[in-house]
Amino acid sequence: MALIETVNISQKYDDREVLKNINLKIDKAEVFTLIGPTGAGKTTLIRILDLLESPCSGRFLFDGVDVISSRANQLEARRRMSYVQQRPLVFAMDVFDNVACGLRWRHMKSTATKRKTEEALELVGMTAYINRNARTLSGGETQRVAIARALVTEPEVLFLDEPTANMDPISTAKIEEVLAHIINEQRIAIIMTTHNMSQGQRMASKLGVLINGELLQTGSVNDIFNVPTSREVAEFVGIENILQGEVAEADNELASIRVDGETVRAISNYAVGGKVYLLIRPETIVFSLSHEAGSARNVFKCKVNQINTIGSVVRIEVECGFNLLGVITTEAARDLNISIGKEIYASFKATAVHVIPRW
Amino acid sequence: MNDFTQGFVKALELLVTLDPEVMEITGRTLAIALSSCVISTILCLPLGSLIHFKQFFGKRALLNVIQTFYSIPTVVVGLVVFIFFSRIGPLGVFNLMFTPTIMVIGQVILISPIVLGLVIAALSGVDKGIFETALSLGASHVRATFQVMSEARYAILSAVIMGFGRAISEVGLALMVGGNIRGFTRVITTAISLETSKGDVELSMALGIILIFIALLVNIVFNRLQQR
Repeated sequence: MALIETVNISQKYDDREVLKNINLKIDKAEVFTLIGPTGAGKTTLIRILDLLESPCSGRFLFDGVDVISSRANQLEARRRMSYVQQRPLVFAMDVFDNVACGLRWRHMKSTATKRKTEEALELVGMTAYINRNARTLSGGETQRVAIARALVTEPEVLFLDEPTANMDPISTAKIEEVLAHIINEQRIAIIMTTHNMSQGQRMASKLGVLINGELLQTGSVNDIFNVPTSREVAEFVGIENILQGEVAEADNELASIRVDGETVRAISNYAVGGKVYLLIRPETIVFSLSHEAGSARNVFKCKVNQINTIGSVVRIEVECGFNLLGVITTEAARDLNISIGKEIYASFKATAVHVIPRW
Repeated sequence: MNDFTQGFVKALELLVTLDPEVMEITGRTLAIALSSCVISTILCLPLGSLIHFKQFFGKRALLNVIQTFYSIPTVVVGLVVFIFFSRIGPLGVFNLMFTPTIMVIGQVILISPIVLGLVIAALSGVDKGIFETALSLGASHVRATFQVMSEARYAILSAVIMGFGRAISEVGLALMVGGNIRGFTRVITTAISLETSKGDVELSMALGIILIFIALLVNIVFNRLQQR
């Protein structure tokens, strides 16, 4: 039985539909990251899961119990959860009392409260601040106190809403270090929202992509980033080459797909005539000065249209009947002596092309 | 001017020697004002929380009514209390007219709109996220409400002090329902009023100094709290 299960959860604010039929299952000790652009409904979903607001329709089962209908069930369920908000608020008291309050509200004895609070503060590296007024802490410190406050009650599920949003890199690294420790050492389910995809990839065992209130795809990190099931997910996870095509030939799994007059070979199960999107990650495209196909089934002569150097990488846009974007290192760009208008060859494997249906 | 100086010196003498009548009036004044303040706070804290946290039809209008009653004349409250508690009034059977109890009741009615309105304003000043943070940490709704009150404690205390200030300084209500009976319902304001009309300026001045001293003390505490 899943620890958390939602069945067709929807939420509306006035006439605006914020969440649409969300079906989600989170198991015990699973780390689930919800990614999606700002305003996608991530925080609303977390708030519903933490029972801070009720959905307009759907069911929410926590450990098999429907917790939306009964306030008593809600309090009991909420005491098995913890929530670290995007902008955590601390109470007007010192750091120790802020962290200890959850235990006191559960009527824990003062000696145990003291021990657990000190342990939680040590975990997040805030022992030195124990007597400080919590309102005088910086953003990163406040976030760490909020994490300690959430963990001290030993929850079965921890909700983290954009835990490093608007933080400087040093604070972000500290928070991620704490979270990695929690993930490795404590067997609790973690549900985290982020629009930082690299953070989502690093932390999660399972990802969900929420766009415009719809949970478009859930799966492993590899599934989401390499095998997206829709154009929206592909765009969101940074697949910049999205080509429209039509299956011209299908030979077992290897298909020939017509794209703007050119033929692209790809692994596909779609029937001849099927309208599809071809998704190609920029980093899978190899540029060369001669027709050196190697094992790549797709080699196109193309003309360089644009070159952008960003740090140690160069983004190259080429036109080969259709537009392609590739990313190479600055050294490789120097070796190729790439310039705008120059003719080069772009190659990529059939396996580098992910094909999805175009409705 | 000479009379005034003599009166002031006499007044200080009454204070320094802890004149029994001055002390008795002061004690009663404080007891009545503090009682009404405590009762009003006990009533207004839960009521204010209820009004603040619940959404209901007419909430805005209710807040306007409460704020309007901030400046209700004391004699109007006195009149209403008199009508209800006089022998022929609906609550006349309790026989409370011209007792300290009726003065407390009157003052509670007088200051409750102020305490209630300022308690609601104090709770409104607390970030809405505090309530949800408490809930998410496992607090019950009642406990989360207390947490919000705790965050607004200085503003709530200011509301109570404002109510106390209004209670201790009012005269019309105390005269109408208390009757200014010596040794029973006489308080500082009614005593000043009576003694001045009789020409006993010394006692009036002594009591006036005490009243100003209390007002000053209340003001200092109020300002200190506002600065937090």
